[in-house]
Amino acid sequence: MCGVRNGSGLVLQGVSAGYGAGLVLQDVDLAIPPGTLVGVIGPNGSGKSTLLKAILGLAPETGGTVLLDGRPVAEQRDRVAYVPQREAVDWSFPVSAEQVVMMGRYPHVGWLRIPGTSDAAAVRDALDRVAMADHGSAQIGALSGGQQQRVFLARALVQEASVLLLDEPMTGVDQTTEQLIIGLLRELRDGGTTILHATHDLESAAEVSDQLCFVNRRVVAYGPPAETFTPPILHSTFGGELLIVHEGEHTHVHGGGHHHGASDQ
Amino acid sequence: MSWLTDPLGYDFVLRALAEVVVMGATCGAIGAYVIVRRLAFIGDAISHAVFPGIVLAYLAGLSIFGGALVAGLITAFGIALVARGGRIREDAAIGIFFAAAFALGIVLISTRQTFQGDLTGFLIGNLQGVSAGDIAISAAVGLAIIVVLAAVHKELVLVSFDRTLASALGYPVFALDALLLVLLTVTIVVSIQAVGIILVLAMLVTPAATARLLVDRFVPMLLLGSVIGAAVGVAGYYLSFHLGTASGGTIVLLATVLFVLAFVASPTHGLLGRRLRRHPQHAGASPAVDPPTGHQHG
Repeated sequence: MCGVRNGSGLVLQGVSAGYGAGLVLQDVDLAIPPGTLVGVIGPNGSGKSTLLKAILGLAPETGGTVLLDGRPVAEQRDRVAYVPQREAVDWSFPVSAEQVVMMGRYPHVGWLRIPGTSDAAAVRDALDRVAMADHGSAQIGALSGGQQQRVFLARALVQEASVLLLDEPMTGVDQTTEQLIIGLLRELRDGGTTILHATHDLESAAEVSDQLCFVNRRVVAYGPPAETFTPPILHSTFGGELLIVHEGEHTHVHGGGHHHGASDQ
Repeated sequence: MSWLTDPLGYDFVLRALAEVVVMGATCGAIGAYVIVRRLAFIGDAISHAVFPGIVLAYLAGLSIFGGALVAGLITAFGIALVARGGRIREDAAIGIFFAAAFALGIVLISTRQTFQGDLTGFLIGNLQGVSAGDIAISAAVGLAIIVVLAAVHKELVLVSFDRTLASALGYPVFALDALLLVLLTVTIVVSIQAVGIILVLAMLVTPAATARLLVDRFVPMLLLGSVIGAAVGVAGYYLSFHLGTASGGTIVLLATVLFVLAFVASPTHGLLGRRLRRHPQHAGASPAVDPPTGHQHG
């Protein structure tokens, strides 16, 4: 891919991953330069989440290599931040928003040490950036869906990572939060962060992202929305699962429908 | 006040009180992890599985404490190992180990009549028979557990709340899980003498669960669980002393009464508190709390 020089940015070479017997993802080759906002789209179970987890080194039986600026990600895990799918979080856990954000600082803090004033300042700053400064002491489960998502985004911010992975960040959030997340992602992208966000909302992905990565067990297509958001590519990614909804003058395209509580692999 | 001071004239009462304070505080603290990590069932299995360890150690004339510890650890890690394969789920693995270990204990005990008198103490606990040496061991172990919990506090909380992040950040998730299982097993083993195999689970779960109903932060929950554990230990022992009832059972029942009170009347999580918030006119200026949102598609 163009734009990647001297191996800078995120490079995936022959990455395969899966759970149990079947491979969920096969032979993924990608080269994403720094400062790129990538929308990862595909039907349910197509391997969107697995792709993100493979980059994190958390997908089981991962084959191939994932390099960040020429070195394996496994050697520099603190440079990758991750915002999990909402279903993966135990919202009843007795922890405040502030404390959740602080967890992103733990690698900076180190073992046998307690967070210092600079860590507390980073947490305050991150909560401020997601407009949650007033809710720092709230128990995480008492917040609304959008507020919870912003807290997890703040946790990724304090990691000061070079790569940011988000799994369905817009699912279950309000309009304000969606706009805020999009604004922040663009800001981080402009600051040189490589961002991959998995999403069901094809139109929003096409509108927001610099590049689209179409996934269905393999990478079907990768490129700018103008070149890839086309009926043939959409069809070969989604097959019969594509849903086109006419709503007044607007036409909406949905991939894979909405999933309720089901974990997407 | 004589009902409060009279029992203190007996040495065995002083020893029993010292033991319940140490045991209650340790169980209440580790109980915070049992609650948030949902380890209650595994704790139950460990507490029953130490039984054959105790019998075997007794047979071989070895340290009963050591026998219980080894049996508990084998069970804890056996369950983790079987469940990790994925083919058998954890609850089934727990059921298998739990039943097998307890059956082994019963078979062993049935081989000799003389065991029964000596070993029933471990089933129902024997606070009256606690020696100064037992208290010293419990206190040392309790202190060691608190020191370890404090030392790796943020890592244990991180792995409890968000395993994915912990793994992604490169933390040794399995080692931290194993550490927690070891701490849990050690706590169970030192507590068994005081309240017995059957009741140790209640001391691990009930005070910590009560604390969870009263506070919304992990560290306050751990500390409050610890205080509740020690307090119901002392109060329950006094009750049993005056009523002439079994001390372990009385302590657990008192802990349960406290839990029910908190469940009904906790200002934040109790049934009454929720009702008051639903009808704010009865509760004055009580702020409305957003319900926890699981799935909101917008």
